Amino acid sequence: MSGVPILEVIDLHAAYGRIEVLRGVNLRVPKGAVVALLGPNGAGKSTLLKVISGQMEQTSGDIHMAGVHVTGAKPDDLAQLGLTTIPEGRSVFPNLTVEENLLLMSYAGVSADQVFETAYAYFPRLHERRYQLAGTLSGGEQQMLALARALTSDPALLLLDELSMGLAPLIVEELYDTVGRIAATGVSILVVEQFAQTALKIADHAAVMTGGRVVATGEPNEIEAIMADIVLGGAA
Amino acid sequence: MSEFISYTLIGIFTGAAYAIAASGLVLTYSTTRVFNIAHGAVGMFFAFVYWDFSQKQGMPAWLALIVVLLLVAPAFGVFVQRVLVRDLGNAPVGVSLVVTVGILIGLIGAATQIWPAAGRQVPQFFDGHLIKIGSDVVITWHEVITVVLSAVVAFALFVLLTRTRIGTAMRASVDNPDLLRLYGGRPQLVAALAWAVGTSLAALAGILLTPVIGLQYYDLTLLVISAYAAAMLGKLTSLPMTYVGAMALGLAQSYVVGYLQYIPFGNDITGLPAVIPTVFLVVVLVLLPQAPLRIGQVKGLVSAPVPSFGKAGIWGGSLVLLSMLLAFGLADSDLLLVGTAATYGIVMLSLVLLTGYGGHVSLAQFTFAGVGAVAYSRFDQPNLIGLLLATLVAAAVGAIVAIPVLRLTGLYLALATLGFAQLMDKLVFQTSIAYNIGNPLSAERLSILGLKFSGTGEYTVLMTVFLVLIAVAVIAVRRGRLGRMLVAARDSQAACGTLGLDLRWMRIGLFAASAGIAGLGGALYAGLRGTTVSADFMYFQSLLLLAMAVIWGVTSVTGAVLGGIFMMYLPVAQSDHPSIAGLLFVLLGVGAVIVGRDPNGLANKLFGFNAWVMDRLYPMLAERYPGMALLARGEGSALPASGSVLDVEDPAESAQEEVERDVAVAR
Amino acid sequence: MSLLRVDDVVVQFGGVTAVNHASFEVEPGTVTGLIGPNGAGKTTCFNVITGLQAPTSGRVLLDGHDITKAPVHRRARRGIGRTFQRLEAFGSLTVWDNVRTALDIHDGFRGLFKSVDGSADQEVEQLLERVGISEYADERADSVPTGVARLLELARALACDPRLLLLDEPSSGLDEVETVAFGRLLVELAGEGRTVLMVEHDMDLVMTVCEVIHVLDFGSIIAQGSPAQIRVDPVVQRAYLGFTDQTAGGAHAATASDIDDTKVLAP
Repeated sequence: MSGVPILEVIDLHAAYGRIEVLRGVNLRVPKGAVVALLGPNGAGKSTLLKVISGQMEQTSGDIHMAGVHVTGAKPDDLAQLGLTTIPEGRSVFPNLTVEENLLLMSYAGVSADQVFETAYAYFPRLHERRYQLAGTLSGGEQQMLALARALTSDPALLLLDELSMGLAPLIVEELYDTVGRIAATGVSILVVEQFAQTALKIADHAAVMTGGRVVATGEPNEIEAIMADIVLGGAA
Repeated sequence: MSEFISYTLIGIFTGAAYAIAASGLVLTYSTTRVFNIAHGAVGMFFAFVYWDFSQKQGMPAWLALIVVLLLVAPAFGVFVQRVLVRDLGNAPVGVSLVVTVGILIGLIGAATQIWPAAGRQVPQFFDGHLIKIGSDVVITWHEVITVVLSAVVAFALFVLLTRTRIGTAMRASVDNPDLLRLYGGRPQLVAALAWAVGTSLAALAGILLTPVIGLQYYDLTLLVISAYAAAMLGKLTSLPMTYVGAMALGLAQSYVVGYLQYIPFGNDITGLPAVIPTVFLVVVLVLLPQAPLRIGQVKGLVSAPVPSFGKAGIWGGSLVLLSMLLAFGLADSDLLLVGTAATYGIVMLSLVLLTGYGGHVSLAQFTFAGVGAVAYSRFDQPNLIGLLLATLVAAAVGAIVAIPVLRLTGLYLALATLGFAQLMDKLVFQTSIAYNIGNPLSAERLSILGLKFSGTGEYTVLMTVFLVLIAVAVIAVRRGRLGRMLVAARDSQAACGTLGLDLRWMRIGLFAASAGIAGLGGALYAGLRGTTVSADFMYFQSLLLLAMAVIWGVTSVTGAVLGGIFMMYLPVAQSDHPSIAGLLFVLLGVGAVIVGRDPNGLANKLFGFNAWVMDRLYPMLAERYPGMALLARGEGSALPASGSVLDVEDPAESAQEEVERDVAVAR
Repeated sequence: MSLLRVDDVVVQFGGVTAVNHASFEVEPGTVTGLIGPNGAGKTTCFNVITGLQAPTSGRVLLDGHDITKAPVHRRARRGIGRTFQRLEAFGSLTVWDNVRTALDIHDGFRGLFKSVDGSADQEVEQLLERVGISEYADERADSVPTGVARLLELARALACDPRLLLLDEPSSGLDEVETVAFGRLLVELAGEGRTVLMVEHDMDLVMTVCEVIHVLDFGSIIAQGSPAQIRVDPVVQRAYLGFTDQTAGGAHAATASDIDDTKVLAP
């Protein structure tokens, strides 16, 4: 693969107060690739995404997006530059209707009508519920709504954090089908997941974090082989 | 029957005006999480601006209205949001309260500076135009216009919030501003717009109510309580419920005014209508479901260091000696001022305990002082027993205040205390129980074990002794078991609960102790002055006290003493220089806005300066001029006398930032 | 009889069900694990047990007594102590003062005598030593590393001499050596007759020290049993990994070595 990676994280450190959570993370997402970032709780995955998306400041280290040094950029600037972040938990506004949520997605630079059109085409169920408050949707539907932002904002890089959290496996499969379709359009994706296998299915590369560092990288099948040990303990 | 209809119509008019004010409050609070306690003061200030434009400069009323509502007020709102309260949404509630109290004081100061007290009339819109309904029900065009405007405001807000993207973004940022940022929206822009609209609505409400309330500095400022009471029904977020609350409040107030004469003892409580919003507020607060304890943030406040007893004793002794010297050297009129400073110092110490250590903001400390003063005068026992009784009465009142608001924290608690201050003023201080409107109450000076402190000089020394004793007691509490528990309860209520601490009793005790100290100060003050009047204990004094305390440092005893001196000096300076009296309030307000973000205040800066002098400057000088070293040391230890009364043990760690950690490393 | 019984507890936040008819029991003198994927409702369960969160329905029984309605501090007096996942140390106080405050709260007026004869100071020192953080005694609690703050919360809870100790992710922030020592401490505490219920993500720790494990997923208990049973339970594996087939094996190296990932990712 040629050229500059869409995302390059170099020796990144970050801390909450004096407590260091990221201890020198190196990570690379090639253009057009899907990278799965796995690892147990507390490994620092979500913090890493927060720093990349500009929601938190690093203490040292660099982030390059498509070769451009973006350290210190604000989340709203990054959003308008083509970074779409879907944070952990339900990343929708629960007290707004589905349609109002979609309306706000037009801040990424696409017209509201276009947003509606794309979102409803992908998820007809959202159209049925367009006047319903997002908070009253089922977990799966809320994540569809969240994913609609990834679909409609036409991102250069998509960051997905724990899409599967609290959802039944069947729904997770369905959501990841959509992620796979987004990937097929050439969007580069960094996906953080606990459901290792589901994420690995659509990934081109995988990385494992523990203790604030990336401790293993490789092909999905290599990583899959060691995941159970890392997550459930290797004592067996 | 026609009487009832009249009162109902008046109630609807008042409710409509409250609704306009309240919706502005909801808009600003819900989008930025900064409660603007100056909301009523904004209404007051722009009512004056409107008077200036329309009456003094002769602009047509409609033009003046447009200029104020669409130009001046929104611009001011954006200024406040961008410059004064920016990023306060995530700060501790105490900080944003202090900053907006600063704005309130600044606005009152500006109003008194620009428009000195005088009889001013703001005519009603279409003055003299009436509509007759039936035979004897009359409503004015002004009332009709008010109701129509409130409907227009409701409709416009509805369209803004549900039919436009920026309005949708406003509601979104209520839930989650960080997520809005990820969407590419700009919460700061949203916040500025909300403050522009909110300020304009406060101005409109102020202008509409002025013909009824009158163009007054302090009464219009209390509009915030009505707006807050109405908004609380909608939990500060729901606009429809806010309108319901405003209407209910307006009607209740109108009926009370109308039918007060039929209530038993109604003539004794003519202040009742004015406190209906407060009563309404307390009822709503008490009936609201209990908010669960907040979990999940380790907050340590970096406080000013606590002095050792030795040092506190030395400085306390020096202070008493100084007061003795002054007692010989100064005229009685000046000694009265020294005594007043001691009073304010004592009241401020009550705030150190409550706010500085306990983390609860109170806007009613002078009310407690007033209770002490009234009790001392009424008991008419000018000895230690009378003093003790006055203290206990104030403490009991403090405990009673704490009970209904036990479940409230931060913002709600602070506003409840402001409501309480007004309630006491109208229903107790102004009635025959205490001052009976404007009458002074006289009190004799204290005698201790038969020894009468009748001379002003002796009495001043006595007050200084009390100040020092209380200061030492406060320090003792902080250094001991109770102090640790206080700080622990401030840092984490959840942890204290799970360790077995009953937070309710803790809070009641803390309020009682704080109110008792303030009451003691008030009682001593009554003896000092010989007579007191209700204006001595007006709610505005408590706001000044908070601002002063925060500027000088609410976490240290030194801050309290310095604050007391300047609190005394403020009215002196104002009467010496009447031409800039208002400006001094503005200055104080600006000070509170600037320093409000660091509750340790200027006193802590002094500690820091002291440490810097000792650690850096003197070694450097000593190295350069070896002969000077000894002299310099000597001067150095004398230096704090100029500013810091009670020195500190270890000033090195007095950083000013609040350490706030989200220690959820797991997340 | 079990010491703690959580009986059919439901917790709803708005429309979201955080705990969904969860029932489990904790036997006295054991170390029991409560595990489950992110967002399974473990911390909410702890909040219900300690009284910080009222359940929508269901009961909590301590020693057979229904404590569902008891306020937080009264449950503490009955012998429930806890630590927090998101730390709740008293940030403005030193580590020493944190523990001392807990002791003072627990002792009430008796504590006054203890502070006179110095036995309170001794107790604090012993507690700090026991959890191994004596060297941090004089530091402010908001400036110590997470691991230390967690141990501090444990010491603070122990100061109240709890019968039932709820630990919410106690080992995060500890290094491997500290975790092993911590596991030993837990077993010791159980040996004294205390009961420990622990939410924990470090599976090595859970599997070594817990006698019984309850697995929570979507707010319901989906499995319970011994560590050996839980490890091979297909339901648990599905909950954690989203798959059931045992592809695991080999390569333990991953956790140990720090591979330069950029080489692997770059083609």
